[in-house]
Amino acid sequence: MTQVTMTVNGKAVSGDVEGRTLLAEFLREKLRLTGTHIGCDTSQCGACVVHVDGQAIKSCTALAADLDGASVVTIEGMANPDGSLSVIQQAFQDHHGLQCGFCTPGMVMSAAALLKENPKPTETEVRAYLEGNICRCTGYHNIVKAILAASGQDVSAIAAE
Amino acid sequence: MYNFEFTKPATIADAVAALGQDDAQALGGGQTLLPTMKQRLASPGTLVSLNAIPEMIGVCVNDVGEVCIGGATTHAVVAREAAASYPALAALASHIGDPAVRNRGTIGGSLANNDPSACYPAAALGSGATIKTNLRDIAADDYFQGMFETALEDGEIITEVRFPVPHKANYQKFVQPASRFALVGVFVAKYADGVRVAVTGASSEGVFRWAEAEAALSANFSKSAVEGLAAPEGAMISDLHGTAEYRAHLVKVMTGRAVAAAG
Amino acid sequence: MPKDHGIGASSKRREDVRFLTGRGRYTDDINLYGQTYVHFLRSDVAHGRLNAVDTSAAEAMPGVIRIFTGKDFEGVGGLPCGWQVTDRHGQPMQEPPHPVLAQGKVRHVGDPIAAIVAETPAQARNAAEAIVLDIEELPAVIDMKQALSPDAPKVHDDLTSNLCYDWGFVEDNKGAVDEAFAKAAHVTTLELVNNRLAPNAMEPRVAVGDYNPGTDDSTLYTTSQNPHVIRLLMGAFVLGIPEHKLRVVAPDVGGGFGSKIFHYAEEAFCTFAAKQIKRPVKWTSSRSEAFISDAHGRDHVTKIELALDGDNNFMAIRTETYANMGAYLSTFAPSIPTWLHGTLMAGNYKTPLIYVNVKAVFTNTVPVDAYRGAGRPEATFQLERLVDKAARELGVDPVDLRRQNFITTFPYATPVAVEYDTGDYNATMDQLLTMIDRDGFDARAAKSKAEGKLRGLGINCYIEACGIAPSALVGQLGARAGLYESATVRVNATGGIVVMTGSHSHGQGHETSFAQVVADMIGVPEAQVEIVHGDTANTPMGMGTYGSRSIAVGGSAMVRATEKIINKAKKIAAHLMEASDSDIELKDGQFTVAGTDKSVAWGDVTLAAYVPHNYPLTELEPGLEETAFYDPNNFTYPAGAYACEVEVDPETGKVTLCSFAAADDFGNVINPMIVSGQVHGGIAQGVGQALLENVSYDENGQLLSASYMDYAMPRADDLPFYQVDHSCVTPCTHNPLGVKGCGEAGAIGSPPAIVNAVIDALHRGGMTHVGHINMPLTPARVWAAMQG
Repeated sequence: MTQVTMTVNGKAVSGDVEGRTLLAEFLREKLRLTGTHIGCDTSQCGACVVHVDGQAIKSCTALAADLDGASVVTIEGMANPDGSLSVIQQAFQDHHGLQCGFCTPGMVMSAAALLKENPKPTETEVRAYLEGNICRCTGYHNIVKAILAASGQDVSAIAAE
Repeated sequence: MYNFEFTKPATIADAVAALGQDDAQALGGGQTLLPTMKQRLASPGTLVSLNAIPEMIGVCVNDVGEVCIGGATTHAVVAREAAASYPALAALASHIGDPAVRNRGTIGGSLANNDPSACYPAAALGSGATIKTNLRDIAADDYFQGMFETALEDGEIITEVRFPVPHKANYQKFVQPASRFALVGVFVAKYADGVRVAVTGASSEGVFRWAEAEAALSANFSKSAVEGLAAPEGAMISDLHGTAEYRAHLVKVMTGRAVAAAG
Repeated sequence: MPKDHGIGASSKRREDVRFLTGRGRYTDDINLYGQTYVHFLRSDVAHGRLNAVDTSAAEAMPGVIRIFTGKDFEGVGGLPCGWQVTDRHGQPMQEPPHPVLAQGKVRHVGDPIAAIVAETPAQARNAAEAIVLDIEELPAVIDMKQALSPDAPKVHDDLTSNLCYDWGFVEDNKGAVDEAFAKAAHVTTLELVNNRLAPNAMEPRVAVGDYNPGTDDSTLYTTSQNPHVIRLLMGAFVLGIPEHKLRVVAPDVGGGFGSKIFHYAEEAFCTFAAKQIKRPVKWTSSRSEAFISDAHGRDHVTKIELALDGDNNFMAIRTETYANMGAYLSTFAPSIPTWLHGTLMAGNYKTPLIYVNVKAVFTNTVPVDAYRGAGRPEATFQLERLVDKAARELGVDPVDLRRQNFITTFPYATPVAVEYDTGDYNATMDQLLTMIDRDGFDARAAKSKAEGKLRGLGINCYIEACGIAPSALVGQLGARAGLYESATVRVNATGGIVVMTGSHSHGQGHETSFAQVVADMIGVPEAQVEIVHGDTANTPMGMGTYGSRSIAVGGSAMVRATEKIINKAKKIAAHLMEASDSDIELKDGQFTVAGTDKSVAWGDVTLAAYVPHNYPLTELEPGLEETAFYDPNNFTYPAGAYACEVEVDPETGKVTLCSFAAADDFGNVINPMIVSGQVHGGIAQGVGQALLENVSYDENGQLLSASYMDYAMPRADDLPFYQVDHSCVTPCTHNPLGVKGCGEAGAIGSPPAIVNAVIDALHRGGMTHVGHINMPLTPARVWAAMQG
């Protein structure tokens, strides 16, 4: 066991971990931040995406011990300080960008990373950026639409609700 | 996964020392190693993270004009920081895995693993890169020794990779639709002394140079030069994503496209 | 002007807030005090005789609490099959036992052999590696036709063969169908495969079993689409726990698509083991484990023929299908290739004679059961590919050939035992054509050609049977359950409303759309209505969510219960206003006496119901809570027309989906936003089937597509924006909301559109030798087909 210390959603946290403890496990089991989900074991589905030092990573494919000292933001840290939905979260609700909700935390985290890098992405850029986030419910239509809307672009021409 | 000791040295010397222990293994970004360990297909006693060694991180251009990339540099950093100095390499890096994977995965990790469908081996071999380790410099032509096999000794660390910059280059990746690794990837680079063509994804012997295409393109750097060639021979992979015949065909198509895109 | 609340409004989903902030509560988020973890040791061979399982070394491993094997389940029931099919000769299907843990043999890669319960997941897995297995590997049967050869190894030694059943439908039509083919002016024949799929809900399955020794109550938290069905099957058939001592909770569930309907060994095990060791037992599937333990879908091999007369009228359809059951019968497996497939073979067409033959086959593969659409995609795919091929052979427009043969008068009794209550297939086709600019196709194809690509247009129709199902009818067809749905509407004293439904939402947005219905009926804000689902302890017995049934059956139950509430509330209101019941009107949450200005508010009535000081106690019980069970009279029949355009790269065979349009008739629509979302998701799954996804076994029964490294899931960059429309409405005639259901349509209608488009592209490119390509149309397969 080694002790790791991180800043998670702005709060200092620490805990004992084994060498093999994944960041996702540390978040879910030690910190009870169960919004970060695990949907595969080959680093592809992206339900576990969180931000580490400002960058999106797959928390199921990173060791907690390797991230000692890191600043981590999870889906639980994405709402506005007053608890209201952030622009991206609100866009997902407004445009029905989620159904079962299981991939949603990873989608929101990836969307936030994208818009930080590229504040006005094209549809093609959004789709390309989501290569590592699999959704089985929405067919991506409303996810892509929500992200474009969250970037401030007019999505009224995109078909359907 | 099985448990292991974890250590994160701050210098190459300390990393080498840590890797001297029994059953120690280096950890780059872990984007392949950790999934492998989850399947319990690897069981190191100690994992030595190479992610906190400042001298192994970053992109620069050296005195002879080579683009030098620290072994622990992530794909995302290469995509960003090599964009001006070696655009074809940066473009390749920008399509490895997905954005989150690119923020963790490293060039050293990719080259040390030498997955037969990985992208970086094609760039290194296609550029005639030098793989610099804590012990020596290894020419790419000597480094790749078959699927998952390299010239690295136990405990040897890739500290840097040096890429001579070609006049023209391009990488064409035809993705395997599930993994998004290369079903076939072809890196074409035109240097003053000739053209190099490196192929990944296609051969069960790992990344290889397509000699006939190199000869033809060295004489005439155009798509039409490729069209006249027979598809490459050799131990093409045949699996649920494509037959050997299909892969050989794709090698030719992707080579032609890379030449055309290189301009 | 679109509505802003109630039925027909695109109300935003209330459940989204918790999901978007990481506050959903999925089964894996549940951890109980003293919880233990189970790891299942699974067979790595497809077929073998299990001679011995030596757990002695493993028992002594750190953290191990107890190891269970098949022996522990001797005398305990196996996993039941919920549907018995009767074969062509009047005999019941062959129905082998399905033990919780393997007994005597292992029958597919992934068959669970032993269950190790330990203090941590890692300890359980470590101990699994110390179990010594003596398995004598036997030859595996993977290919269905080979499995039926007389000398094939038998998956189940006690059965006479690997044939589960040989079903003919309608058997009495067979002679007449053959005669029609003999007289036909033209016969189109197509042989095809409907590829095996892994459902891949993004949330892997999880089960947590808990036991209270003080009360002898068992609780199972599980990823289920139908907790009551699990309680019934597991309690009555597997573990012998009466329902009143067993609670099943399916909290937030991360998608199902059919795969979470079935009763699985792992959830029964966790419930069983928790009672044995008197501690909670948790199992969390990995994705790799899901590929070898979740029921798969589809996997049909079909020959279909269409007989046409000299005027291109459809005379008869004849099919022969081999349907893979896998190694055991999953809960509803036998019904999928029969009653959910054969009954749909009329499609949208007035074909007078139809004969469907289905041979269901056991193989050494993971069991196959319902996956989004379940039988109906298989029927639609073969029929719509066949009609397209016929049009090509006859040199007629595929839309014209379809229109010529459309059913146009309703109700329409098909020759395959169902009666379509309503529909308008020309209307959805007309709507589709307004969406796709067919006239502009040639210009787009020319542009594609200039870029070195072949462009194709695919169009097809579909019909499905949803709103499953009339209990009396399915009982005659072999179902061992009723398929009604239930709702309890509980009105609180201060006017808030709680609806407890037997349906289950795992992405469909019931918490929003169900509330819209009740709020609309009573005239209160949607926020005043809460929907409760997923817990057998606080919902009435219901059959759950699948088969696009929730709004059609569950919604109808809710309407009936709400009608009872309104009826009683009017009596209370009448008493309060000293008027006659029959004069009371309810509008916008106000009760009024017709023709007067007297009124009382909803809240006055609800308060009176619970504080009955001024109340007709001699005539009416206090309180305001009603339950209704609704059993439908018929299936519902959503239908529509779909189209897509593709580009094929002639050098690589890669297919790019350029556009997709869907015109559906779902009857009345409660929440258009949610309905569109359901269609989007269905289309993506259909595109996945058509272009990407395939469960692939080698000849030894090893799964080749065992992770996302080899099983290609559709991603955002594989797909375009879709155009969807559900403005064509022929309301269902037999349920109170006039709704038909929309959950599966996209997955049913889209695969033939894609394949039709690719074949069209290749023909336009001069490759007229390509009659069909089996799904998925991977670059390698398309390229190989192009080579001839």
